Amino acid sequence: MSFAQSVSANLPALQVVLPLLAAPLVLLLRSARAAFALTLVVSFACLAIAIALWQQVDASGPIFYAMGSWAPPWGIGYYVDKLAAFMLVLVSLTAAVAVPYSRASLAREIPADSHTLFYVMFLLCLSGLLGIVITGDAFNLFVFLEVSSLSTYVLIAFGRDRRALVASYQYLIMGSIGATFIVVGVGLLYLMTGTLNLVDMAERLADVRSSRPVLAALAFLTVGISLKLALFPLHQWLPNAYTYAPSVVTAFLAATATKVSVYVLIRFYFSVFGESLVFHKLPLPEIMLWLSLLAMFAANFVAIFQNNLKRLFAYSSVAQIGYITLGLSFDSVNGLTASIVHLFNHGIAKGAIFLLIGGIVLGIAKPGAVAPAPTFDRLAGLAKRMPLTCFGIVLAGLSLIGVPGTAGFVTKWYLILAAMERGQWWLVGAILLSSLLAVAYVWRFVETAYFRAPPADAENPAQLRNEAPLSMLVPAWLLIAATFWFGLDTSLTIGTALEVAQQLVRGQ
Amino acid sequence: MNRQLVLRVIAKLMIPFILIFALYVQFHGDFGPGGGFQAGVALAAGVIFYALIFGLARTRRAVPDSLLDGMIAGGVLLYGGVGVAGMLLGGNFLDYFVLDADTVIGQHRGIFWVEAGVGITVSSVMLRIFYLFADRANLTESERDHPEGER
Repeated sequence: MSFAQSVSANLPALQVVLPLLAAPLVLLLRSARAAFALTLVVSFACLAIAIALWQQVDASGPIFYAMGSWAPPWGIGYYVDKLAAFMLVLVSLTAAVAVPYSRASLAREIPADSHTLFYVMFLLCLSGLLGIVITGDAFNLFVFLEVSSLSTYVLIAFGRDRRALVASYQYLIMGSIGATFIVVGVGLLYLMTGTLNLVDMAERLADVRSSRPVLAALAFLTVGISLKLALFPLHQWLPNAYTYAPSVVTAFLAATATKVSVYVLIRFYFSVFGESLVFHKLPLPEIMLWLSLLAMFAANFVAIFQNNLKRLFAYSSVAQIGYITLGLSFDSVNGLTASIVHLFNHGIAKGAIFLLIGGIVLGIAKPGAVAPAPTFDRLAGLAKRMPLTCFGIVLAGLSLIGVPGTAGFVTKWYLILAAMERGQWWLVGAILLSSLLAVAYVWRFVETAYFRAPPADAENPAQLRNEAPLSMLVPAWLLIAATFWFGLDTSLTIGTALEVAQQLVRGQ
Repeated sequence: MNRQLVLRVIAKLMIPFILIFALYVQFHGDFGPGGGFQAGVALAAGVIFYALIFGLARTRRAVPDSLLDGMIAGGVLLYGGVGVAGMLLGGNFLDYFVLDADTVIGQHRGIFWVEAGVGITVSSVMLRIFYLFADRANLTESERDHPEGER
């Protein structure tokens, strides 16, 4: 077998192994510059692998990869289908955008001697998230969940603000509770089926679907995963974690971590437990519907009154997750399509916003000083000094609102379609009304940045152009361009999501 | 506790045996109870015992931090390297069957090096954690010298 063939046959393993092994290598390098270079190469290689896997799946159907050549269900198998490939592209794309950005941002946000450690943790987090998506083994999924979570706790704690430590600790406690619930759920499923392979598990569950341990497993998994994806009442860890983490971490996590958890939920609901159990026999759809609505309204409402821009958009994330779970609760092709496509659409828009906020944080910092929090009083008149950054946030904000022409609109369109299919017109109203709340908080930024007079303190003359460096602007603007591209040309995103949704909903 | 003669003598007597036992657990893991994780813990316990009796500074001279960092990364790389070797020899990741013409020997070879990687990383991580905790008094002082930004 030639080298190229061998690489192409091992792509599913390389997708995870590459960042996983790059992490200890970076630790050995001990030079921040070399660490950055290696992380950059690896993140781009990961993106290339994800795209190659996508093409393979597109051309010849799902890929199965047996770890250590142990045949399933005995060995751990990696399983890449359309949905997994879609998520792999999202996660590795975000990483490939975040890493070039990270250098300039980290230089001001993290002490120089921890840059190497930062990249080690970043690579581990990346490989954990990719592993969650790609694995076809329930316990392996839990292990990767822990790999990504543990590295995330450290990444958040890198924040310069001391409250980052508390935020990280809070997330550690909540995340560990979530992980415990997930492992209990997986354990119960193993007890009932005797297998950890997800495909095998789904087949064997057919006989024992309504038994009590399986229902308990469903409950444990639902609560555990909901904690990780920050479903409304379980979202308490998210605002602090996003607010105090370094900018690049916030952007990366906002676009990937919660999204991957939603992916896990979809996998368990539709592929393992099966639609009939989750959506027809239990009152789960109703519960999820109301929690999603609460998230959409309460979190959006709270967001309007935040004084810290990062925290504002963190609450907005909780609300946007509400849209995703709302789509899930419909249990229809259009609803699920909206959920899946919003994983991507929200990921790129929110990623862009947090990347740009990272630029603001540097822009409002006094030279040489630690970057301050982006509170609204510091943002007054900022559009004059950082026109590209501010305009970018407004554009990405349009996608959060769901203005036609942006990716956010596509999602809401399908959500509304799904609501209308069920004849629930009041839900259509609710979706539109919650979008109005998003208008309110985006407008608040516009008003402050564009129409308010800059603060009078002399250290930062108002007329001075103080734009973020290009290495930070270009990645963010790439994501903004993508937000508009996928708002107008939906053949890739909606095409995939629709195909996956049809398979999943029809599959049972 | 450096002045306690009994402790010092007992420690010097016992530590070599602890370390040998760790190696036994490591290499016997293929056939009986044991393996890299347990061996790593036992090995680290031997060094921690030394640190308790003879002090952190002397231990750090014997087992320096840089060595530990190298071991932490090296163990993971050894483990992953076995997996990559499987791929290079034409199998899947972590494929031990292809490591030797005889698949049973191949399995043996694979698990031996994987467990070695686990042992190296576990022992060094254990010690690193111990160093971090034992060193906390100094750490807070240096933090006082370079206060973190507070806003």
